[in-house]
Amino acid sequence: MKIANKKVTAERLVKDALAKAKHFAEYNIFTYLNEEEALKKARKIDARIARGEDVGKLAGVPYALKDNFLSPEGETTASAHILQGFVSPVTATSVAKLEAEGAIMIGRTNMDAFAHGSSTENSYFGPTLNAHDKERVAGGSSGGSAVAVALDIVEFATGTDTGGSIRQPASFNGVYGFKPTYGCISRYGVVAMASSTDCIGFFAKTPEDMDLLMSIASGQDSKDMTTLPDYYNDEVSTELNSSRARVGIIKDFDNESVDPEIREALKTKCDALKSKGHEIVELEMPALKYALAAYYIIVPAEVASNLSRYDGVRYGFRSEKSDDLDALYFNTRSEGFMPENKRRIMIGNFVLSSGFYDAYFLKAAKARTLIVKEYEKAFKKCDYLLTPVSPNPAFKLGEKVNDPVAMYLEDVMSVSLNLAGVPGLAIPAGKTKKGLPIGLQLVGPRRSDKNLIIFSKELI
Amino acid sequence: MKYIPTIGIECHVQLCTKTKLFSEVDNDARGKEPNSCVSPVDYALPGMLPRLNGEAIRLAILAGRAMNCEINTWSRFDRKHYFYPDSPKGYQITQFYEPIIGAGYVELPSGTKIRIEHAHLEGDAGKLTHFNSYSLVDLNRVDTPLIEIVSMPDIHSASDAHDYAKELWRLMCFAGVTYGDLYNGNMRFDVNISLAPEGAEKLGTRAEVKNLNSFRSVERAVEYEIKRQSKILDAGQKVVQETRGWNDAKGETTGQRSKEEAKDYRYMPEPDLPPINLSAEFIENESAKLPLMPSDYREIFNGIIKSDILEVLLDYPKLMEKLRELGKVPGRERSRPLGQASLSPVNLPSSQIATISNLFTSVLLAEEKSAEYLNDLPSTADLAELAEMNEKKELSSTATKEVFLKLFDPQMKNHGAKQIAKELGLIQENDLGALEKIVDVVLSKPETQKAQEDFRAGSEKVLGFLVGQVMKESRGKANPGAVQEILRKKLQ
Repeated sequence: MKIANKKVTAERLVKDALAKAKHFAEYNIFTYLNEEEALKKARKIDARIARGEDVGKLAGVPYALKDNFLSPEGETTASAHILQGFVSPVTATSVAKLEAEGAIMIGRTNMDAFAHGSSTENSYFGPTLNAHDKERVAGGSSGGSAVAVALDIVEFATGTDTGGSIRQPASFNGVYGFKPTYGCISRYGVVAMASSTDCIGFFAKTPEDMDLLMSIASGQDSKDMTTLPDYYNDEVSTELNSSRARVGIIKDFDNESVDPEIREALKTKCDALKSKGHEIVELEMPALKYALAAYYIIVPAEVASNLSRYDGVRYGFRSEKSDDLDALYFNTRSEGFMPENKRRIMIGNFVLSSGFYDAYFLKAAKARTLIVKEYEKAFKKCDYLLTPVSPNPAFKLGEKVNDPVAMYLEDVMSVSLNLAGVPGLAIPAGKTKKGLPIGLQLVGPRRSDKNLIIFSKELI
Repeated sequence: MKYIPTIGIECHVQLCTKTKLFSEVDNDARGKEPNSCVSPVDYALPGMLPRLNGEAIRLAILAGRAMNCEINTWSRFDRKHYFYPDSPKGYQITQFYEPIIGAGYVELPSGTKIRIEHAHLEGDAGKLTHFNSYSLVDLNRVDTPLIEIVSMPDIHSASDAHDYAKELWRLMCFAGVTYGDLYNGNMRFDVNISLAPEGAEKLGTRAEVKNLNSFRSVERAVEYEIKRQSKILDAGQKVVQETRGWNDAKGETTGQRSKEEAKDYRYMPEPDLPPINLSAEFIENESAKLPLMPSDYREIFNGIIKSDILEVLLDYPKLMEKLRELGKVPGRERSRPLGQASLSPVNLPSSQIATISNLFTSVLLAEEKSAEYLNDLPSTADLAELAEMNEKKELSSTATKEVFLKLFDPQMKNHGAKQIAKELGLIQENDLGALEKIVDVVLSKPETQKAQEDFRAGSEKVLGFLVGQVMKESRGKANPGAVQEILRKKLQ
């Protein structure tokens, strides 16, 4: 991604990106275009290059920022009404790291409000359209970021993945999307969805770019006590990347509920791996059947808790209709949250209520432990797992938005990774006959992030 | 009917850490503008994460050890949810399920032991000030570290409730974990009181009086509740389980919230903070830093300082620390197993310790500027010198007080006790030869002749007059005892 070879200026790159962003306006990708600041930064970088200064590994590279990353450029709204008008005084750690390497944010991308959703239809700004079919959803919650990369507006985009919010839109739009090990990248300065499953990650066009981004953004952060000690840039284990790797496929996912073309794509990739000398191992992971249920208890509980701070008292939207404190809370939150936000707040508060905690939250926490152990067991038998990202390719706009359970079922293959904290890389794996991208995910044990990204080249 | 009151007390102690429990903002907001000690973390901006302050853990260990409590190697935080503008996050970060401080006890001066159930770390809430049509929010206090100490229901009288509250305050001050400023809410007490007929096995229904901030109000609230609940029970009615407020001016409690209206706090493990995992070695090292506690001082100074004076001094950790230094007692003896090995004896004549402790109570604490003086106590060497001069009768008791006060005078304190005494001409004349000469001068004066005759005639009381004359002649330097002896000899 280097531009230091002076063949192209940063200003040219940024201008092109902004022009493309405007050209694709109908896709509703951006909630904010950072024109002035981006151009200013580009010119500064060009001047520094002219002076022969070291400008960083991402100098002049335009990128798109998911709308839930805090930075003082533009309003950080998480595409939610209740955060309208909020300009952050602080910058997310991950954003600061990218900017320190010279990357230039050209715009903020649309998402399901507070990242609640799998289609970007739950955005206050309306849905983002799929890069390959404008009648279909972009996936979500990081829909805008996925489409921005798929339409080649930017070189990369940031995303957050709480239950598939990077991998699923990546697979719906045919780009790479990476959810790292929990704690690999600091969550500081990213609007929280569910603290124990939230992961910061990226959309990119190649494994090499993904590796570069990870090497920059990863690392322990004193501002996030859940970050792991630095490990990403440690040397790659040669053992794991030897010519012969054991790749597991999960039999539990190989059934009629999965689109036949996706099953076919998985089979094709397995054959290709075999022909390269890798071993395919068939596994059963029965505990994963509890993942979706556990996820939709633990995550709403954390969501309800994390959204408590949006009360209209200190920042963002406040309903002006209220004449007492209870009304202020009630009206602000009733008007400010989207229906899906409210649904999760209600589920979350229900499962945490006194008398229900043991039956729901505690049970789900136990199921989560089983899932963690199931993955540990699996990675004794194989080095990586290869599974579909979601059971279906991109669905039509409006098709599932009024059927929350059908929407939740789209997450069945992605959420268990978040509960277990393991990394997963969504990889483009061809297209359906209708021309819709198919995505597979390569899953590895905790802290295998770099191995995983490098091994994914075997699947190209 | 006669009822036995059963009382449990929950006490919130603000810890005097440099920064807040979860952010790097100044924790000492005394005298500062509202909302000036607030970081984006305290303010609960989106995407902000708590960062646990290690100093709070260390102070919690000291606080726990001061109450003879077990320190748990494993503890963690939970979120307690409620909506109110004093809680920017919409939840308080506390330790509901696994607290850092386990069971222990506090021993009252009377010897009664009150068991501690547990104590946990949590963040404080902000402060609201209500006006007619609006309220103002000050978030300076948000996430000031607190420990909440929960006692077992071992207290059965208003005076024990008072003594427990006071002893807790002393323990926390001696342990150095809080500023201990009750007026500014550094320690606040919630008192649970229930009555049951004498001999009954089951406890009665309790009422909780919240937010008491003085020992006196703890005592008065308990007295009031005993009367109120007795009246209800005597009338054959039932006490309602509820939270009550205390009106200090009226001296009464009033109902605020009954059990039916109680909030559901929807406790949940705090996912942003990893559990606290302490090694036994760390706990041991930190515990060893606990200074001597009031009970240690009672043991050390038993028979040296009168207990009524000692109980006054025990309100001032700095004075006790000074007396300890003066007595050359090692300060860090807590590394010994709690309550086992005996303490080192005082290594200074008892009379000298008594002199200084008397100066502390009768002079220093009586001074208008005593608060200021407490922060700038004289050196141990100066106090030792002063006590010694007094012991050797080089200083009269009046002169001792005078020199003592000069040890706080910024102009003079550096001169040292002995030099000050000399400069002020306060050293007593103990040389018998010199004293005799002065006595001779006085006895030769015409105005003393009558008194001399009277004394010889058997009037004892004129001796005082003659001693006074000698003292005057010596400009106060003569040792009155010695003068008296010389006079008796000469007037035989």
